[in-house]
Amino acid sequence: MTTGTTTAPTTPNTAPPQPRRRRRTNRLPLILIVPSLVLLIAALGYPIGWQVVTSFKQYGLMQQFGAPAPFVGLDNYVALVTDPYLWTVVVRSIVFCVVTAVVTVAIGGAMAVLMNALTTWPRVVLQVALLVAWAMPVVAAMTVWIWIVDWRRGLLNWALVQLGVDGAEGHNWLAEPLSFFVVASVIIVWMSVPFVALSIYAGLTQVSTEVLEAASLDGASGIQRLRYIIVPIIAPVLSIVMLLQLIWDLRVFTQIKLLQDAGGVTNETNLLGTYVYQLGTGKGDFGTASAVSILILALTIALSAYYVRSLMKEDV
Amino acid sequence: MHRSRVKRYLLTALALVLAVVWAFPVYWMLNSAFLPNVVLQSANPTFLPFGGSLDNLRAVATEPSFGSALTISLVVTLTTVVAAIMIAFLGALAISRFKFRGRGSFVLALLLIQMLPAEGLFIAQYKMMSSLGLLNQAIGLAVLYTAAVVPFTIWMLRGFVAGVPADLEEAAMVDGLSRTKAFLKITFPLLAPGLVASAVYAFLQAWNEFTVALVVMTEEQSRTLPLWLRGFVQASASRETDWGQVMAASTLVAVPVIIFFLIVQGRMSSGLVGGAVKG
Repeated sequence: MTTGTTTAPTTPNTAPPQPRRRRRTNRLPLILIVPSLVLLIAALGYPIGWQVVTSFKQYGLMQQFGAPAPFVGLDNYVALVTDPYLWTVVVRSIVFCVVTAVVTVAIGGAMAVLMNALTTWPRVVLQVALLVAWAMPVVAAMTVWIWIVDWRRGLLNWALVQLGVDGAEGHNWLAEPLSFFVVASVIIVWMSVPFVALSIYAGLTQVSTEVLEAASLDGASGIQRLRYIIVPIIAPVLSIVMLLQLIWDLRVFTQIKLLQDAGGVTNETNLLGTYVYQLGTGKGDFGTASAVSILILALTIALSAYYVRSLMKEDV
Repeated sequence: MHRSRVKRYLLTALALVLAVVWAFPVYWMLNSAFLPNVVLQSANPTFLPFGGSLDNLRAVATEPSFGSALTISLVVTLTTVVAAIMIAFLGALAISRFKFRGRGSFVLALLLIQMLPAEGLFIAQYKMMSSLGLLNQAIGLAVLYTAAVVPFTIWMLRGFVAGVPADLEEAAMVDGLSRTKAFLKITFPLLAPGLVASAVYAFLQAWNEFTVALVVMTEEQSRTLPLWLRGFVQASASRETDWGQVMAASTLVAVPVIIFFLIVQGRMSSGLVGGAVKG
C-alpha cells in the first residue's frame, strides 16, 4: 500500500486506530463525491435557491421581458393564502392523495395476503401480470386508459351499455370533475398496486410458518394470527409503502395533465402539480408559481422525514 | 379436506381474475395496435387481434416525427445513463469504502433529494435552462435527468460496492497487482451486475420521464418519445383519433421498457423498501 500518504490526520477523535487507511481516506472520498456535489448543486440546488428568492419577488410576464423584479416580501405568499382557489387545490390534492393511497394499500395488502395463500402457479401468473402492469411507461399506460374511457368508442362505455346502464352511450367521463378524479384515481391505483402488493408480499414471506403453526395449535384463530403475529411483523413495510404512496400521489402530475389534455376542464381538475404548471408556463407568473413550489417541497420533506430516517438506519 | 380444496379453487379463480384485470390494459394496447382503424371504430369492440396486421406499427415507425423523437430520446437517455453511472459510481465508492467527515450529511442529503418532486422544481429549472440557452437541447435535459437519478443510483450502487470485500482487492495487491489493476481485475467484474442494474434504472427513468421534458422541451421538433405520444392524446380531445396508430405508438414506446423492467425489478424494489423487508 503505497499511495496517498500525503495529509496528516486532522480529526483526532475518529476512533479505531487504522492509520494506513485513515490517512488515505482524508482526501480521496471528498474528491470522489465532488462530481455528484457539483451536479446536484447546479441542477437542483441552484433552482431551489432561485425559487426561494423568486417567491419573494414580483415576477410576472413583464419581468420575463426584462423589467426589474422588485422584492415584495411575503406578498406572493399572502396573496396565495388569501386566494380561495389555492385552498381548493390544496384540499383537493390532499383528499385525492389520501383516498388514492389508502385504496392502493388496501388492495395491494389484500392481494399480498392472497398471494401468500396461493399455490405456486396461480401466484406466478398473478405476479407476472402485476409486473407487466408495473413496467408500463406512464405515458403509454395513460394513452391506453384514455382509449378505454374514450367517450366515442371506448371499451368502458360499450361494456356499460351491454350491462344496460342508462346514459352510458357517449358519456364523457372526463368532463365532470368528480368522475374525472375517479378515473384518475382508478388509473393510479392500477399503476401503484403492483409495487405495493409485491413489497407487502415480500414482507409476508418473512413471517415464519412455524410460529403461525404454533399459534394455531395454541388455539389462535385466523384473525388473531393476522392481528397479533402477521401485522406486527409486516408493520414496517406497511408503513413505508403507505408513506411512499402518499408522497407519490401528492405530487401526481403526469396522469392529471394527460387526462386534462384528453378533455378535462383544467381549472376544475387542477392538483398542486398542474396548478404550478399553469401558473408558471401558462400565465408566466413565476413569483406565485415559486411560492406554490416551495409549498410542495416543504410538504414533501415533512412527509419524507420518517422514510429517510428509516433508510438512514440501513446505512451503516 | 373437501372444504379446503374448494377454498383453494376459489382463491385460484380470484387470483386469475385479478391477473386478467391487471394485465388487461397492456393486452388491450397490443390488441388495438394490430387492428385496422375501421375495426376499432365499429360499434362493437374486437377482443382478439385475428385479421390484424403490422400496418399500424409500420405506419407509426416510418413517420418522420417518430424518428426524430426516438433520436432525441436515445441521445438524452444514453447521455443520462453514462453520466449517471460514472458520477454515481464515484459517489458510491466514497460512501461505502470510506468513513469521512460529512459522510452522514451527504447520505442524508442524497436521500432527501431523491424524494424531491419534479413538480416542485420545474419552474425554476425551466428558467435556468432558458437563461443558459439550453431549452430544447438534449444536453440540457440530460443534465437535469442525471441530477434526478444520481442520488438513488448512488444509494443502489452503495450496496453492491459494499458487497465486494476490500480484503479481496488488498489480497490481489499482496500478490503483486497494482491498485488500479487490482480494482479493474477483481472489484470491477464483481460490480458488473450492480452497474447493469443501476444503468437500467437510469434508463427507465430517463426514457419514461414526462414532467421535466414537458417543461423544458417546448418545441415540436425537440420532443422526446413521451411528449410525442402525448401529442396523440391531445389530438384525441378534439377529433376522431386513429386509435390503432396511437396504440401502435404506445407499443413501440412500452415494449423495450417492459423487457428491461422485468430484468431489474427485483433490485429496484428492494432498494426502495430496503431494510423494511429484510427486517
